[in-house]
Amino acid sequence: MNKPNLIIIGNGMVGHHLVEQLIEQDATERYTITVFGEERHRAYDRVHLSEYFTGRDADSLALSDADWYAANGVEIRLHEAVTAIDRDASEVVTDQGRYGYQRLVLATGSYPFVPPMPGSDRPGCLVYRTLDDLDAIREAAKSASTGVVVGGGLLGLEAANALRGLELDTAVVEFAPRLMPMQVDSEGGELLREKIEALGVQVHTDRATQRIEDGVDAAHRMVFQDDKVLETDLIVFSAGIRPRDELARDSALEMGERGGIVVDDQCLTSDPAVLAIGEVALWNNSIFGLVAPGYQMAKVAAATLLEGGESFRGADMSTKLKLLGVDVGAIGDAHGDRTPGAKTFRYLDQIKQQYRKLVVSSDGRRLVGAMLVGDNSVYDTLMQYYSNGLDLPEDPAALILPSSEGAPTLGPDALPETATICSCHNVSKGDICATLDAGAEDLATVKCETKASTGCGGCAALLKSVVDHELEARGVEVDRSICEHFAHTRQELYDIVLVEGIKTFGALIEKHGNQDTHQLGCDICKPAVASILASNFNEPITDAAHIPLQDTNDTFMANMQKNGTYSVVPRVPGGEITPDKLIVLGRVAETFGLYTKITGGQRIDLFGARLEDLPDIWSELLDAGFETGHAYAKSLRTVKSCVGSTWCRYGVQDSVGMAIRLEERYKGLRSPHKLKFGVSGCTRECAEAQGKDIGVIATENGWNLYVCGNGGMRPRHAELFATDLDDERLIQLIDRFLMFYVRTADRLQRTSVWRENLDGGLDYLKEVVINDSLSIGTELEAQMQTVIDNYRCEWADALNDPEKLKRFRSFVNDSRPDPDIIVTEERGQLRPA
Amino acid sequence: MTSATAAATSTAPDWLVVCTRADLVPYSGVAAWVETAEGPAQVAIFYIPCGPNTPRPAGPNTPALSHHDPELYAIDHHDPIAGANVIARGIVGDLKGQPVVASPIYKQHFRLEDGQCLEDEAVKLRTWPLRFDGEKVLIKA
Repeated sequence: MNKPNLIIIGNGMVGHHLVEQLIEQDATERYTITVFGEERHRAYDRVHLSEYFTGRDADSLALSDADWYAANGVEIRLHEAVTAIDRDASEVVTDQGRYGYQRLVLATGSYPFVPPMPGSDRPGCLVYRTLDDLDAIREAAKSASTGVVVGGGLLGLEAANALRGLELDTAVVEFAPRLMPMQVDSEGGELLREKIEALGVQVHTDRATQRIEDGVDAAHRMVFQDDKVLETDLIVFSAGIRPRDELARDSALEMGERGGIVVDDQCLTSDPAVLAIGEVALWNNSIFGLVAPGYQMAKVAAATLLEGGESFRGADMSTKLKLLGVDVGAIGDAHGDRTPGAKTFRYLDQIKQQYRKLVVSSDGRRLVGAMLVGDNSVYDTLMQYYSNGLDLPEDPAALILPSSEGAPTLGPDALPETATICSCHNVSKGDICATLDAGAEDLATVKCETKASTGCGGCAALLKSVVDHELEARGVEVDRSICEHFAHTRQELYDIVLVEGIKTFGALIEKHGNQDTHQLGCDICKPAVASILASNFNEPITDAAHIPLQDTNDTFMANMQKNGTYSVVPRVPGGEITPDKLIVLGRVAETFGLYTKITGGQRIDLFGARLEDLPDIWSELLDAGFETGHAYAKSLRTVKSCVGSTWCRYGVQDSVGMAIRLEERYKGLRSPHKLKFGVSGCTRECAEAQGKDIGVIATENGWNLYVCGNGGMRPRHAELFATDLDDERLIQLIDRFLMFYVRTADRLQRTSVWRENLDGGLDYLKEVVINDSLSIGTELEAQMQTVIDNYRCEWADALNDPEKLKRFRSFVNDSRPDPDIIVTEERGQLRPA
Repeated sequence: MTSATAAATSTAPDWLVVCTRADLVPYSGVAAWVETAEGPAQVAIFYIPCGPNTPRPAGPNTPALSHHDPELYAIDHHDPIAGANVIARGIVGDLKGQPVVASPIYKQHFRLEDGQCLEDEAVKLRTWPLRFDGEKVLIKA
């Protein structure tokens, strides 16, 4: 049976979200789906476009893996623009052919509006919308020292941030009397101007550009309505968007007076075979220029194409943004001009540069709007009052006044089931409760199941409080005790060890262990405490007091394999190894019959070592100058690097040198889980640093630092943490970051999961590590220095101690090797039989 | 083989010297090769000295318990789940008051007193009585 064809025109964020929704609902069983995108790139995150200039590339901004469409049975035709729709023949036309459809979705989005004026088409006059636009801006910036953004709205300020990222002297020109006229009033706008000017961005408001002509000191001269002029090398227009509706217009679909394709509540156009969603769709005479309403339309459209039953009912245009590092929030009727009789409360602090405004109903009972500049910390609470129509407190001003206890936050129990917690993915409190009722027992599972807080992340704190509260309400005791021996979390045990200076497991369990259990400990708490002790004091793990705490891998300083033999991985800092050392590895492997394999961390793994051979193997390795690689430990594994500026045509820094420096510095640091680093010598990122716990990428001016990436089962891109650092600052930030992680993570929690569970998210982490908001920077650095000062190669330590070597016997009473270890040959090497 | 024939063909268990106190690792395990009445066996020996951190009551193999007596356990070194001889290299601990060792490969817990696997009722390791004789460690096998 032939399935009907469903064609989707447009592969932006909303078009992509539609495909996600369709796949989730098994629509490929009903339709043969084809997606057309005119850009070269598959759908990417346009919201974070400016990060393209601060280290992210097209791949990392992409919303899906390269093979995601194919893997899900959807054909995607990129770089193939649809030029016409033939509704009589039910076909779309491209320069490569005609494609028949039974259902058609237009998700063509919008284009940047360039105000008509003489000279706006001069070379160097650009727009800010696509990755290709950004490439053009980057190219033009190479020969420019100044840049102007025309448009002081949300996108204009984003573009200004991008120009700053390219190190241009940047100015913003806005037609209205203030910045972001849609979101803020004149007082808020004035504050916003001050904050943005403080960043070195010039702001010119009340300026209508009349024409652009040849400049005298720069490439262009902009002439304004009052004949004032501004010279600049590069101009970016960001003066609003217009719907990409020409296909619909040419095929005679019903259009709005000022553009946009008219759609109904099911996202159907005037032709019931054709739907439209996103910024090209005109619903109830409105176009929604934000991603969240676009996603809602995508969801409705998916339903309309399948079983139906969903309606688009308009969307809230409230926004919470951080532009050029400045918080801006606007909720509902922020100007108070759409609500008859509305009253306002305003608070302005010119020292801290914060502005907060509440708009309430005439009876003072309901919040109808709010405006925030400089501090969005109360946004979530206000948003709940607004979107759920909750009764305001007796004195609504308390919501925006500074108070010593902080703003009164809205308890999660006060929220109705319908309260939207995550607006990006439209997750309500009821959805979260349903997930908990279905068996989810922690925040991570809820996030995974509902996608809540995986969009902009703005709702993370609220989500956590709802989950905690609801778990408690269900009688799930959120018992975070590490195991039955301690009524403490790992973090609490860490603090106890730190504060009381306890140096052994015995002393810790005697003083702080549960009195009603036996007190040997177990395979949960013993290695966890061993790690905490090592992070604090870095005594050899094979010392008598610590050896019973270790996992077999740490005990024997090698990785146990499935047949009871071990693998041996000497440290190869930065993956750089001399020919002599390579020969030694080969010789040792040959002598002891070991299987050799190159690891993903740029080292060599020697497999199949018998317990009793380990000391002899290490004796030879140490003689050749190797030291232990900690492949067996929860600690720094490797710092992977590319060859960098030493050899590579594109390298801009010595990535191998930095990798070796980092590996030598942090080797032996015991942590809650393993740590992997990467250092790349340029933005081509050959060391895959963005998949590591710590990623360092060279820039022209130093290093960009990325944190909390992960490969493995749940890959996670590392996040950009700080840019253009010199060597010393880079190391200072890594010192602090690592020690903060070591102190506060759960046992066996990688940095990626730790980061996802961290209250306050990346911003909080930056505050603590970069701005030292907890005043613990010096302490963290000092503790790192202690660990570094006490580093000793554990294998060298053990080989010098006959007592420790006694452990490396297959049998205490017999010299025979374990006869049950049997090997066979495969591809010229030995492996377990 | 019935138990009757087994009794007929095997010699009665006897106390054998297996190693010395100095070979043991407190709060941890070592492996020994033991020629038992039924044939050779790889045995994991765990040594849990009495002290503030010792589980009580003591195991059944503890001779005439006084406060200073050590506790000794002998259990199969072979992990039937992993199919490798590794039990002596697991972490010793206690769960709900019972001394256990966790397999270093797949982390199942085995009760030191009787060899029972806590995660799988069908799996049980052999155990042997063990005691100190001065500095010598004796096993009844």
